[in-house]
Amino acid sequence: MWRDLGLLRSELGLMLSRWRNRLGLGVLALVPLMVTIGMYQSSRAGGGPDIVGGLTNGLVVPLTALFAEAVLFLPLAVAMLSGDAIAGEANQGTLRYLLTVPVARTRLLVVKYLSLMIGAVMGVGIVLLVGGILGVAVFGAGETATLSGSRIGFWDSLGRLLLAGAYVSVILWAIAAIGLFFSTLVDQPVAVSIGVMVVVALMGIAQAVPELEWLRPWLLTTRVQSFVDLMRDPIYWTQMRNGVLVALGWMAVFLAAAWARFTSRDITS
Amino acid sequence: MTDPLAVRSTGLTKRFGSRTAVDGIDLVVPAGAVYGFLGPNGSGKTTTIRMLLGLVKPTAGAAQVLGHEVPGELQLALPRVGALIEGPAMHGHLSGRANLARLDAADRTADPRTRGRRMGEALERVGLTAAASKKFKNYSLGMKQRLGIAAALMQPHDLLVLDEPTNGLDPQGTREVRHLVSSLAQDGTTVLVSSHLLSEVEQMCSHVGVMSRGRLIAQDTLSGLKQQATARLRVETPDPELALGVLTSLGLGDATSEGPIVTGPMPADPAPERLVAALVEAGVRVRGFAVEGQGLEDLFVQLTGEGFDVA
Repeated sequence: MWRDLGLLRSELGLMLSRWRNRLGLGVLALVPLMVTIGMYQSSRAGGGPDIVGGLTNGLVVPLTALFAEAVLFLPLAVAMLSGDAIAGEANQGTLRYLLTVPVARTRLLVVKYLSLMIGAVMGVGIVLLVGGILGVAVFGAGETATLSGSRIGFWDSLGRLLLAGAYVSVILWAIAAIGLFFSTLVDQPVAVSIGVMVVVALMGIAQAVPELEWLRPWLLTTRVQSFVDLMRDPIYWTQMRNGVLVALGWMAVFLAAAWARFTSRDITS
Repeated sequence: MTDPLAVRSTGLTKRFGSRTAVDGIDLVVPAGAVYGFLGPNGSGKTTTIRMLLGLVKPTAGAAQVLGHEVPGELQLALPRVGALIEGPAMHGHLSGRANLARLDAADRTADPRTRGRRMGEALERVGLTAAASKKFKNYSLGMKQRLGIAAALMQPHDLLVLDEPTNGLDPQGTREVRHLVSSLAQDGTTVLVSSHLLSEVEQMCSHVGVMSRGRLIAQDTLSGLKQQATARLRVETPDPELALGVLTSLGLGDATSEGPIVTGPMPADPAPERLVAALVEAGVRVRGFAVEGQGLEDLFVQLTGEGFDVA
């Protein structure tokens, strides 16, 4: 058990040792900075951001940044990581060495998925962390208005922010499951990343086509933004609960597919 | 070690679509042997090795590695096997040492507390201590090859599978690998080493299996094969039929004639001079008699119908 943690730690170390992943984290951190600058300038111009009306709680910054990144940047980050997961190892030839160490295929798949899950949380975490620090530094840690018009204190809003991060992470885990499956199909990490982004883009398009409205509840891109319900008073849970269930459904299907594929395939790379 | 055979396969077959890469081979690798798996590129050696290591699923047949069925009991067999498969492959942006640490972290049977020491010893053994913190992508091909071998040496193994271990090495490196293999064999490790180089196998191995177009066309001890290879009888006579009769009566039934030339494999017994005496006595007009030395290379060309690179 402890030695399995060793492999997971090695996996995370490998993930963070790549320059492009570090750069990716930097890009994710750039958005809350841009949001801060934008909000600062509009608050100086008077009026302030619409939903807040006199900004005294900086946590609006990470929340806005999360909203902006949840549809494109965060899925893109997950897409990149899932390309490396299996296809990247196959492409470099390191997969055959891992498997003959030996690492049982199911065990490797579990560790790879866990590291993707952690990677997704890191991505969300950096947005919240950078946004939170910048926001509080610039706008303070006072009360904030909910979408329902009532006001909540700083600690309450911090709790809601963390819940929002957790919700987005769960949706990203579903995207990671799709990515992991794609990663077991081919030996080209870039193909995996593109494939995942194609799926995400298709979901975005399907969301916009009126005739496909029946599909909408199943789309992760629709679901991911439900976390704004956390800013209602009282919190409106229904959409988020359904979102989590839909995400679990995607996970179940694609993890099963990834497992079936990876445990039966010939490793010729 | 309980099983006297390190590797055994029966009818091991792999088809990729309609192409048969490995065609019903029966490998026998005795424990303690240095087994040279010889064959031209593309003859099915690597696919066979991948099947033994559970990377590729056999289409038919069965294989046992160190007494365990593969792929069924792979997780029991593989911890006792070190492998270098089709060239080294590691993460280019990590140092040699970091790459070893990653493989060791993946190994459930490896104790992380002794990792540093074991890495140091393995690196020392392949002469990479000085380059341990250099990035893998900056290694020369020979260094990469040696790091791959170091990875296989981090844990004690009963069987080492080395697929073309001297590929890309300079003569000095090749010699080092040869020494390494023989010192490992002396420690009791069974080594299965594949190569397309006859000279290499001849220098390192105690047993040889020859692959050609997916089939195992010869398998014996090196000395057994050499015997088969060195002794060929050649008789020149206007009485080939008579000569064949005499040779057959002396136990050389495999001899054949072509015009005035009779040839056949030459056994150790009876001695050549006795054959000549017997032939002359029977009235065969012997105009020429020779026992021709045939190199292993000639034998393999004869067996495979294709040449080997001889370096």
